[in-house]
Amino acid sequence: MRILLFGIAKDIAGAPVIELETPVQQVAALREHLYNRYPRLRELRSCMIAVNKVYAGDNEALQPGDEIAVIPPVSGG
Amino acid sequence: MRIMNILTAIKDHITVQEATDFVQTPECGGVAVFVGTVRNQTRGKKVHRLFFECYTPMALLEMEKIAQYTRETMGIHKIAILHVSGEKLPGDTVVVIAAAAPHRGAAFTACQYAIDTLKETVPIWKKEYFEDGEVWVAAHP
Repeated sequence: MRILLFGIAKDIAGAPVIELETPVQQVAALREHLYNRYPRLRELRSCMIAVNKVYAGDNEALQPGDEIAVIPPVSGG
Repeated sequence: MRIMNILTAIKDHITVQEATDFVQTPECGGVAVFVGTVRNQTRGKKVHRLFFECYTPMALLEMEKIAQYTRETMGIHKIAILHVSGEKLPGDTVVVIAAAAPHRGAAFTACQYAIDTLKETVPIWKKEYFEDGEVWVAAHP
C-alpha cells in the first residue's frame, strides 16, 4: 500500500512516498499506524487523509489500488 | 482546468489579467478580484522567500468544487481561481480570484468565499524562509 505525503508530513517521514507492508483496512487504522511510525505527526494541528483525491472520514474503507495521501494543515493563498 | 464559466489553474506564474480576461462577459457589470501576494514579514521576522508545494490533482478538484459552489449558490456567472506553485519572493503574486456577476454584491461575496475556503480546504502548503530558518506555515497549533 502506497501513501503519498506532503508538506511537513513529508519532512517528518523523510520521503514523499512510503510503503505499508501490511495493508490497513480503514482510514482510522491508517492514521493510527502513521502516528505510531511517525509520532511527530501527532503534534500537527490536523492530519487529514485523502482517498482518491477526496478527504476521507475515519470510517472510510481502503481498497487496494486507492490513491492515499496524508494531508497536514493546508496553508495556501 | 477550463470548464464553461470556470477556470482553475496551478502553475509557476499567474497574472490578474488572465483571470479578469476569462471572467469578463457582456452580461456581467461587476467583476471582483482578490490578489494574494508574498508578505515580506511574519510576526516581525523578515521573510526572504516562500515555497508552495501542491498536491496538484486534488488541489484542482477542490478549487473546482469552490468554483462550482459559488456559481450554484451566489449568483455569479464566471469565476477564475489561480494559484502558484514553487518558489516565490516578497511581492510576487501567489493567488488570484476573479468573479463576475451582473451586480457587484454577488461578485464580492463569491470572491470572499472562494479565498476563505481555499485557505481551509485546498491541499497547498506554504513554507516560509527566514534568515535563521524555515517553517511550514500553520502546521502546529
